[in-house]
Amino acid sequence: MANNTRELRRRIRSIRNTAQLTRAMKMVSAAKLRRAQDAMMGARPYAAALKRTLVGVARRSDPSLSPLLAQREQKVVDLIVVTADRGLCGSFNANIIKRAEAWREAQQGREVHLTLLGRKAADYYRRRPHIKVRETITGYAREVSVQMASALAEKFEQRFIAGETDGVYLAFNEFKSVIAQRIVIEPLLPFGELEKVLDEQQREGAEATGHVDYIYEPEPQVLLAKVISRFLAFEVYHALLESTAAEHAARMTAMDSASRNASELIDKLTLEMNRLRQASITTEIIEVVSGAQALG
Amino acid sequence: MIPSKIHLEVVTPERRVFERDVDEVILPGALGMFGVLPGHAPMLSELRAGVATCHGSFGREVMAISAGFAEVTPERVTVMAETCERAEEIDIARAEAMVEELEEEIRKPETDPEIVRLRLMKHLARVQAKRTSAGS
Repeated sequence: MANNTRELRRRIRSIRNTAQLTRAMKMVSAAKLRRAQDAMMGARPYAAALKRTLVGVARRSDPSLSPLLAQREQKVVDLIVVTADRGLCGSFNANIIKRAEAWREAQQGREVHLTLLGRKAADYYRRRPHIKVRETITGYAREVSVQMASALAEKFEQRFIAGETDGVYLAFNEFKSVIAQRIVIEPLLPFGELEKVLDEQQREGAEATGHVDYIYEPEPQVLLAKVISRFLAFEVYHALLESTAAEHAARMTAMDSASRNASELIDKLTLEMNRLRQASITTEIIEVVSGAQALG
Repeated sequence: MIPSKIHLEVVTPERRVFERDVDEVILPGALGMFGVLPGHAPMLSELRAGVATCHGSFGREVMAISAGFAEVTPERVTVMAETCERAEEIDIARAEAMVEELEEEIRKPETDPEIVRLRLMKHLARVQAKRTSAGS
């Protein structure tokens, strides 16, 4: 009996320690989430201006002139998968990998190359060496930088122009709200694919830019290539921001429910322990009383 | 009608650096520096690394920008730069050190001079922006 209460007490203590940990992690994630959200907010005016510019230039130039607009049969495609470096964030990583795998399998007859961001994806595919991985990048999430995103986007641009790949797609967790993430697989190249997505957004926004005759410096064709390339870099940057914000949100929710589970468990075990203690006291009293009665 | 002010907005992927009504904007275009006054014809220009200046009722604001674009309409100028720093945010000692380092690097045979040159231009612009601003 005494043994049992001691066992219970030990379990309660260990759960309490774990709860302390999960609570601390939740707070850290909340702070990081706020930072990530600030970064997303900061990017918004730039995104709006760049999109407006892009749509304007694209309308005014001959698409056949930019190699980034070339539409070929998609024989070789690239998928960039953005995951987290760390776990303990619910099904965040598992979901995105599952979606990426499903997407990969759906590309029948196409050669799919993967580029992995985040250690979790790297770990997953290390155990599956038959799948072609171009490159893995880890440790990006500590500080999401425009430079890093630009470098990555540029690599794919060059591959596309050189004909090494016919399409580039980007899979990432979009930050919808603190409790919800949405997995998005977005086309980056050929640009025509991305343009379709943009057009839809534009129609929703219903912002007619009007047909003002702009002066272009340099001429629209040259400018177009540059704007597109900036836009691609920005899209990658944006995906990284979304993904980090979503990661912190996911971790925060996961740690919150872990803390709640822990305190529920502590309550349950404490109740059980008290019952046991009560039971042992009761038995002792009965023993004393019946002993006294026997004597009397 | 010609508007009396230009609404200038300078944005980078990281943040909105500057937003105010100004009288005049001078930008480092890819084909050379150009100035914008209220009522300018609509224009879209590529920018190279350099110093952007604007004048307004608040005085003068000097910024160092690296490559990007500028969209000009009669009443509005939007600068989309890869990076942008206001002169007061620039640490001149560090910027100068960067320039020296890059000047050293560009002489090495194994480096790609084009990439280093772009970085050098960016940091030169920072030094220049700080000096211009301090000289006023």
